[in-house]
Amino acid sequence: MKNERKGRVFPTVVLTLTMIYLILPLIATLIYSLARSWQSSILPDEWTLDWFRQLFLDSRFQESMWRTLGICFLSVILSVVVMLPTIFIVTVYLPKLERLLNILVLIPYAAPPVVMAVGLLKLYSSGPVAISGTIWILVGVYFVAVLPYMYQGIRNSMRTVRAKELIEAAELLGAGKLEAFRRIIIPNVLPGIRVSVLLSFSILFGEFVLANLLVGGRFETIQIYLYHRLIESGHVASAVVICYFLVILVLSGLLLALSGLLYKQSTPVTKKGSDL
Amino acid sequence: MLKRRVDTKLLLALVPFCILILAFEILPALSVVIESFKNDEGTGFSFEQYVTAFTKMFYLQAIKNSVLISAASSFIAIIAGLFIAYAITRVSERTRTRVLMISNMTSNFAGIPLAFAYIILLGSNGVFTLLFEHWGLSIFSGFNLYSWSGLILVYVYFQIPLAALLLYPTYYGIREEWREASALLGAGAFQYWSRIALPLLLPAAAGTFTILFANAMGAYATAYALVGANYNLLAIRISSLVAGEVITRPQLGSALAMVLGLTMILSLWINDRLMKRVRRDLG
Repeated sequence: MKNERKGRVFPTVVLTLTMIYLILPLIATLIYSLARSWQSSILPDEWTLDWFRQLFLDSRFQESMWRTLGICFLSVILSVVVMLPTIFIVTVYLPKLERLLNILVLIPYAAPPVVMAVGLLKLYSSGPVAISGTIWILVGVYFVAVLPYMYQGIRNSMRTVRAKELIEAAELLGAGKLEAFRRIIIPNVLPGIRVSVLLSFSILFGEFVLANLLVGGRFETIQIYLYHRLIESGHVASAVVICYFLVILVLSGLLLALSGLLYKQSTPVTKKGSDL
Repeated sequence: MLKRRVDTKLLLALVPFCILILAFEILPALSVVIESFKNDEGTGFSFEQYVTAFTKMFYLQAIKNSVLISAASSFIAIIAGLFIAYAITRVSERTRTRVLMISNMTSNFAGIPLAFAYIILLGSNGVFTLLFEHWGLSIFSGFNLYSWSGLILVYVYFQIPLAALLLYPTYYGIREEWREASALLGAGAFQYWSRIALPLLLPAAAGTFTILFANAMGAYATAYALVGANYNLLAIRISSLVAGEVITRPQLGSALAMVLGLTMILSLWINDRLMKRVRRDLG
């Protein structure tokens, strides 16, 4: 009995310290965003909502928030629309290509954003397709950035619903390929990919490197806006971080609720540490 | 006849994917490879850029700094991660879920926002910096967030949750019976850990190390926000060579990008090998 108790103390202490360590920077940012000034005392002397007021009155903030949501939405939709039929066709009709697809999808893991940006800048800064500095290059490169997560999610979902058997049954019953895909595969697979959709969304929401190098100030996303505010005013910047984090929190909350629901039927989606 | 027509239709449906992959993955990657073998004028075939990368002190230093910071932060995170992962497997289901949730959540806290939070805490006017000064704790007076130790500190922060999340499933592979069996045979806790548990954990820890190492090598936003272009890191060097404000040298940037990319591929390859072993041992 005594041993059992002792066995619980060490893990609890370790985890408590870890949680404090992990949450401390966030708490500090929150306090900073609510403090008029914060110097040489544990807690600030005077609290204020001024920084948030200033932030919400800044149209640049609103615009950058909408831009970010818009581009994330666009890229994730593009990814679903393109990857769903692609993975379906490859797994059901062209299994020989599965290995190749698997390699293509894993390349973003091996090539960090900063490396991809080098090639993209070379290709699209001038010449026939000078899309560098527009949102189109960002949509394209975001499509590639979320590939590993989308692929994993869609493929698992197809396996879970046994897409191959479903299609065989549908064709036996006289359905055409397109009809079977539209009426059977899509409605069955979609619920299973909500987790990867949300995960991709939250990854893109925090993306800075590609946005900064490829588009920069010409299409100010929330991360780029934050970077600019950082230099001007620390308090407002911390208010931006808090707003940004609230969005992430809502997204992870949804993600967790969904993956909890889906826990029994799909494998957990693992995520690469994001310094995107 | 009918079957053939359907097959072309199927291939047509793959066209959007192929275009996107070609335009935004294959061609950019190829372009990096090709550019890295050109001279400064962008013509001909030469190893000039690689020679510069590995002989000029400035670039060699960037590579060295990146490798050292990545290795040090990954090593610290692995050690901490081993303890945290063990703790995760030893608490109640409810606590575990909560801990995993917080670790997952804070893994989104990287890049610019993270660097900023650390500036608030430990920057030159940071809360802790001033408090320590106030209390007269001089041990911390030598600490500078905008230096190599500061960078490691911040890197460790985003590496630890990742290490814990990647390592904790391994502990489930170590069966409770093995501990009991070793105890029955007379082994103490120290012997159990050093002779049984740690050797089993080692390949997984090494595998996780390679993932963390690659993660830190490719990291850019955190360092960029913290030290700007001042600190000499590989990722920062690459970006300023291709998108710098003053002068750009895309060919040299490409060669450095190749160095970075190959380091990542090598790390992930080693990880793949090690993980196969883990699955064999603990599967």
